[in-house]
Amino acid sequence: MSEMQEHRTPVSLKGLPADDPHLAPAARNPQLVERVIAVMFVLGTALMVGFGWAYWINAQPWKLGATMGGGLLFYGIGLVAWGKYLMPKGPFVEERHTLANTTEQRDAMAAAIVERGGGVIKRRKMLGGLLGGGLGIFGVVAMFPLLRSLGPLPKDTLFHTDWRRGTFAVDQSGRRVQVGDLAIGSIVTVFPEGTQDTERGQAVDQTVLIRLSNQDFTTQKGRETWGPMGYVAYSKLCTHLGCPVGLYEQQLQLLVCPCHQSMFNVNNGAIPNFGPAPRPLPQLPLYIDAQGFIRSQSDYHVPVGPGFWERS
Amino acid sequence: MSDAAVTKRAKQAALGPYGKVGHVLNELDDRLGVAKGGRSFLDKIFPDHWSFMLGEIALYSFVVLLVTGVFLSLYFIPSQAMVTYHGNYLPLDGQLVTQAFSSTVNMSFAVRGGLLMRQMHHWSCDIFIGAMVVHMARVFFTGAFRKPREINWSIGATLLTLAIVNGFLGYSLPDDLVSGTGIRIAYSILLSVPLVGTYLAFLVFGGNFPGTAVIPRFFILHVLIVPGIIIALVTAHMVLLVRQKHTQFPGEGRTEDNVVGSPMFPIFMAKTTGFMFVVGGVTALLGAFAQINPIWQFGPYDASRISYAVQPDWYMGFLDGALRIFPAWSFHSFGYTIPLEVTIPAVIFPGLVFGLAYVWPTLERLVTKDSAMHNLLDRPSNRPKRTAAGSAVLAALFMLFVASSTDVIANFFHLPLNEVLWGMRILVLISPFVAYPLTYKICKELQGVEGGGKRKTTNVVTRTAEGEYVATAAPTYVDDRHHELEPTEVPQFIVTDEVEEGESGVRTVER
Repeated sequence: MSEMQEHRTPVSLKGLPADDPHLAPAARNPQLVERVIAVMFVLGTALMVGFGWAYWINAQPWKLGATMGGGLLFYGIGLVAWGKYLMPKGPFVEERHTLANTTEQRDAMAAAIVERGGGVIKRRKMLGGLLGGGLGIFGVVAMFPLLRSLGPLPKDTLFHTDWRRGTFAVDQSGRRVQVGDLAIGSIVTVFPEGTQDTERGQAVDQTVLIRLSNQDFTTQKGRETWGPMGYVAYSKLCTHLGCPVGLYEQQLQLLVCPCHQSMFNVNNGAIPNFGPAPRPLPQLPLYIDAQGFIRSQSDYHVPVGPGFWERS
Repeated sequence: MSDAAVTKRAKQAALGPYGKVGHVLNELDDRLGVAKGGRSFLDKIFPDHWSFMLGEIALYSFVVLLVTGVFLSLYFIPSQAMVTYHGNYLPLDGQLVTQAFSSTVNMSFAVRGGLLMRQMHHWSCDIFIGAMVVHMARVFFTGAFRKPREINWSIGATLLTLAIVNGFLGYSLPDDLVSGTGIRIAYSILLSVPLVGTYLAFLVFGGNFPGTAVIPRFFILHVLIVPGIIIALVTAHMVLLVRQKHTQFPGEGRTEDNVVGSPMFPIFMAKTTGFMFVVGGVTALLGAFAQINPIWQFGPYDASRISYAVQPDWYMGFLDGALRIFPAWSFHSFGYTIPLEVTIPAVIFPGLVFGLAYVWPTLERLVTKDSAMHNLLDRPSNRPKRTAAGSAVLAALFMLFVASSTDVIANFFHLPLNEVLWGMRILVLISPFVAYPLTYKICKELQGVEGGGKRKTTNVVTRTAEGEYVATAAPTYVDDRHHELEPTEVPQFIVTDEVEEGESGVRTVER
């Protein structure tokens, strides 16, 4: 070892007298507190051992949580109490030095940016312009692959569903719905045949079929042929945020959206009479074929679901 | 002396006066120069006020989130591919579900400790965001955001935004009936943005709702990208805190130019590490005893099904409430639609609330024309206008949160839904106008109270022989005397470049 290190003696910090109140613990009875903390650490360790045991034998989840949580709590409270009651209570103080530099130092930095920049970069205006412009274009172009890869463009997909002229209405299990299937006042969720198991069928094409009477039912002027034998069909997508309009109040003849409580009157074309939905549920024109199957006359005449910019 | 003892001594001498610690430090300092900064970090003073603990709750529940989240990520499969569920939860046996749903049910029932970890993860998220909100309110009401801490205030507001976003993303991952409905609403909100909404929604979801990309995308955002940004910003938040030092309440010996409290090592370190255990322990107990998000009861997501009384996690409540009570004001013109009934409550309104948080420090500086440095905190009652403004915003947000339960309230109190809806509309609109003057008045009253905010001494009432009652002040509490101690510049905790020779117990360091 070098000679220098042999001279080193411990740096004994400038101490306060041992009886200084700042160094005293906050506890009035430190011995008692120490014992309590010791008990907590022992209990914490016991619970942690219990946690390991519970995990090993694959005990119920609450036993895992109770042992681990209890153990952590005992450790934590014990450690907090140690810091709060047994360590020097202070208060201690430190000076706060200003972070701001002198004007000269600030000017020195500003000068470096402005003067070097002015002298070195501005002198080559053409190069700077070319590089800056090029990088700007790169920045814009770089967005293209990122954005265009993320998904297809909407095009007109939001305007159409899979209902066509003559599409059979099937229930969730794929069974075609027949004219005798529904009693008056009952309701079933239907899909265009073939889509009932697809995500698009469930998310976009879902339609509620309600039987309102046993005669042709007109919900609005111009829809005289849409409700044969009292069967009417509405898009099940709420026009507010697209939740399924899954509740049917049979007595009030209201379709209710459980998300934000929009209500639609099925008698008059599902015009909303309560809640935040701004538009009626689109109605699907139906007909009943010679075999008595419920089929659609066409697609919906307006886009289904919530509002969007391109929707007129 | 034995040879062994001699060798031991020689070894110790070789290590220097501080033994192995000193040796390791020497080696480190040679290479990195850590001693000076490290010493002042150990000396950093933390104020002792309880309200400084709120941010710690947020920090430590984030630690719990990271630890439990790593566990969950080992078992979760972020895929929307359909599988037939065959597992321990018999009611779902044989059902066609997505892998995301199936793996979440499996980790709850088939993985040891999995259910506990899932519930702890969900609980600590709710606690994390709650603690952030309360911490932010503390910083706001005491004026801790003022110069020089505006940057840290903005970082904090960004952290809150990111935490809410990440909470929503994580809540969406199990692909259950309730969370799927939440995703559908999020899709419709994106769709409602004027001009670019359809493109936005299609790019985020990879096509028309639901698409097949949303769970994998939400997963990588939830476990890597957003938490990565959060960790970076939390680090910046802490670094700025150390660099700018803590604020403190005015009091004995406290000035704009010092900090009074406990030093980092060992006192604060003991307390804060213990507190981390407490946060972890409470979360574990919640995970053990309080069921949260039992997705096997909701069932897998099916876009044509829905459950009743569906509500999001608490931090999304104000958005849901706003969507419920906003009137159906769709705007149509020139062949285009702006779904104002969605855009205003779900896009513009939250933008305004968070925007207000970001600009508040600037706004207040412009109004008060106060551009001085502030390290001493305000008592909220001494800043009645700021306190009243904060209460007004919080009151409206709270009413919106309540409004997210209109259907439950109507059911519970047997009230018509219509009346509850209109009641909430009125309450949301008038609550800020009630909260502002009320808070202002209370602040003014508090200012007039002698010794407000200090603990009062007990009055001892005695009855004299004549039957007269006399009240005299009792002696001060022992605990109060502790606070009356003049904080001393304790050299143990101060870095001094020069140490004077000859003072008691002090010797110079020679190198």
